[in-house]
Amino acid sequence: MADESTPTPPPEPPTAGAPTPPVGAQQAAPPATGDGAPPAAAERPGAKKRAAKEGAAAADTEKEEKKKKKGPPKKELILVASSSPHVVSDESIPRIMYTVCLALAPAILVAVYCFGLQAVKVLALTSAACLVTEAGLQRLMGRRLTVTDGSALVTGLLLAMTLPPSAPWWICLLGGALAIGVGKQLFGGLAHNPFNPALIARVILLISWPVELTTWMKPGQGFVNLGVDVVTAASPLGLMKEELIQKGSIQVVSQFPLRDGLLGLNQIGSLGETSVIALLLGGLFLLYRGYITWHIPVSYIATVGAVAALFWGIDPGHFAPPLYHLVTGGLFLGALYMATDMVTCPVTNRGMLIFGMGCGILTYFIRTFGAYPEGVSFAIVIMNGAVPLIERWVRPRTYGHNLSAA
Amino acid sequence: MGLFSTLLTFRGGIHPPTCKERTNHGHIEVAPPPSRVIIPVAQHIGAPADVVVKKKEQVKRGQVIATAKGFVSAPIHASISGTVKEIGPAYSATGQWVECVTIESDGADAWLDGLLVDRPDYLELPPAELREIIHQAGIVGLGGATFPSHVKLAPPAEKPIHTVILNGVECEPYLTADHLLMLERGAEVIAGLRLIMRVVGAKEGVIGIEANKPDAIRHLQELTHGDPALRVAALQVKYPQGGEKQLIYAVTKREVPSGGLPMDLGIVMNNVGTAVAMVRACRYGEPLTERVTTVTGAGIANPRNFLARIGTPFGELVELCGGFTGTMGTVINGGPMMGIAVPSLDVPIIKGTSGILVLAKEELPPHDYEACIRCGMCVRGCPVQLVPSALSDYGETRMLESLESYHIFDCIECGSCSYVCPSKRPIVQFIRYGKREILAERQKKRDRQAARAAAAKTPEVAA
Repeated sequence: MADESTPTPPPEPPTAGAPTPPVGAQQAAPPATGDGAPPAAAERPGAKKRAAKEGAAAADTEKEEKKKKKGPPKKELILVASSSPHVVSDESIPRIMYTVCLALAPAILVAVYCFGLQAVKVLALTSAACLVTEAGLQRLMGRRLTVTDGSALVTGLLLAMTLPPSAPWWICLLGGALAIGVGKQLFGGLAHNPFNPALIARVILLISWPVELTTWMKPGQGFVNLGVDVVTAASPLGLMKEELIQKGSIQVVSQFPLRDGLLGLNQIGSLGETSVIALLLGGLFLLYRGYITWHIPVSYIATVGAVAALFWGIDPGHFAPPLYHLVTGGLFLGALYMATDMVTCPVTNRGMLIFGMGCGILTYFIRTFGAYPEGVSFAIVIMNGAVPLIERWVRPRTYGHNLSAA
Repeated sequence: MGLFSTLLTFRGGIHPPTCKERTNHGHIEVAPPPSRVIIPVAQHIGAPADVVVKKKEQVKRGQVIATAKGFVSAPIHASISGTVKEIGPAYSATGQWVECVTIESDGADAWLDGLLVDRPDYLELPPAELREIIHQAGIVGLGGATFPSHVKLAPPAEKPIHTVILNGVECEPYLTADHLLMLERGAEVIAGLRLIMRVVGAKEGVIGIEANKPDAIRHLQELTHGDPALRVAALQVKYPQGGEKQLIYAVTKREVPSGGLPMDLGIVMNNVGTAVAMVRACRYGEPLTERVTTVTGAGIANPRNFLARIGTPFGELVELCGGFTGTMGTVINGGPMMGIAVPSLDVPIIKGTSGILVLAKEELPPHDYEACIRCGMCVRGCPVQLVPSALSDYGETRMLESLESYHIFDCIECGSCSYVCPSKRPIVQFIRYGKREILAERQKKRDRQAARAAAAKTPEVAA
């Protein structure tokens, strides 16, 4: 317990006229928090934090005083006197993280169906790299090992979903190490990272090794060939960008079969850029479990659609139609699983709506006017950086405040 | 079902298991008067009462043993007849170390002579007189808040009251005292509602009941049938539906202004048990010496509801329920969400003891907690639309100005945020800590200003 802090006297110490000791009961802790007692931590003996110290010290002093006065109690009954509430739900960090893994299952299955062993290789390598980096760094820094809480696995899987199926092994390992090392542990571990760790890794990889990160293979090749002799192809967004640069107008869009985008079984792109339907399934599951809310996915996707519609309406020969933007690239992966990352998105509903809109606008502009064909990763990482600002700006209207606005 | 679409509720809230099936049937049992009662003089919000009896003095049931000190205070009465054994500090069920009067029973359990009356026409009395009877009967909010009732019933003239809401929600898990009270003493509940309406001059009376008590809803609907001024409001089962601000919003869709009172909206709210106590006082002259309380939890052999005397030690009621089972964890005065863990079994039932809950060790929350992962569950659960995640971080790091900017004093400490937190953060505890620290800082500032003012007044004396 907090023996390093100065013991403070209990709020109302027993006086000389104290009554006889309680029958069959021993004072195990100081008065629980009413208005008078310290709200602190003797109530939660495990807590080491500052709020906890004074109360714990008070408890020790009080216990000693009692012992002096009364001698040891005859029959020991230890009551836990903690602060309310005295019951909690069975939600936990591992439960959330493994649920997210489960939600990714349909999209992972589609990826494996499309890209076979290549997909398995990328998924396994990035996940392993994340887990090893997490455990290694925590060990190195003398922190508590939390590698089993599932968060590193989520990062690994999500990173894999952003990589091309033909990504070389060293990209996968390096990506996993960057995600956990630079994206997460550098900031203090889970809950302290301002940016989505998987996306930080992807962005570093994309900037540093653009060729490896934009070399795509056609679905159906990876079952036998592991990394060699894959027939490369361009992703739909890549094609669009190329055409725009070379010809100043787009034709590829009219040839793109929409069905491919939705089912994703014949889609060229990253592991997680294949099937919109599979991604949606997992997203709906997370929504049902209450681990994400509709705000970010809906505002993100709707904003991309709306901005795309606006530009398309202005010049359909130059700008792709909104549906093309929705079903290609990593929009659904990003909107459902990346932008909704609890740690790095706003906590309030209105904040989430603004965050999603920002992601949507940035995504469209990077795709259409930026140097890169895809903008989802950059957009989310940039908006991650804006989260503290958003939270400062929008707060929920507290009950009883600004009643005229209610 | 059409019923559920029409259920009233508030924004936010959580759904903990209600755990009421252990005790929501059967009867309220009258607990035998105990051989010894320990009666704290501070059982209400406001100034503690002044003890007016002496050691070894003979007292009768209903006799005043401590008088109210000031307007926001309530007198305390002997709950059994006998001899004053001891006057001194002891632990109360609030966990506080307060002055208590210990009375040893003489076995007669006799009321004070001339105390009891029968006034069938008590509603004819002028409101001021009824209010005084309620004050002298020591009645405070029996829902757990223990605010002296006569204060609530004395709204200033510029705040006319149009609606009285009786709180029969009982949203705390486990507790069933109000539920059984409404079933067994429904007529008195309705009489209490009419009494409060008469005292404050309200035209409308509403009884709010959570939908998990359909029998109570039906019963009170039958009893209010034919009176257009009264109605029963069925409410969604959600915690904290019975919070004062939440119930007012659910029933009226209006919000009590921050820092304000229900009377600012022309509303007075009382617990159903308080209403019954008021009727007992006004009609029969009975001061508050007993209350209905639920003794329950996984750690109790035979959970049940009691009509028990104020001052009965917790341990005695637990014995009446067949004692403890399993590994003992926490004994709580009240429910699991807002109740107070007591330090010993010798603490007495007080006016605010709506239940005695014994939780087994395995049921208790873990001691360790993690950093906030900003999942937002607390934000969505908060019934007053705060950002508990931010409050918890700022409380932990003692950032008092940030706490105030996040409206810390609007927190009702319902515990919804701590309940849902996947990181198991003791959010409410951090908030309580923050509130106390802010108040302490304010006091220090006032003290400094006073000292400066005093120094400025007194001419300097050369040292």
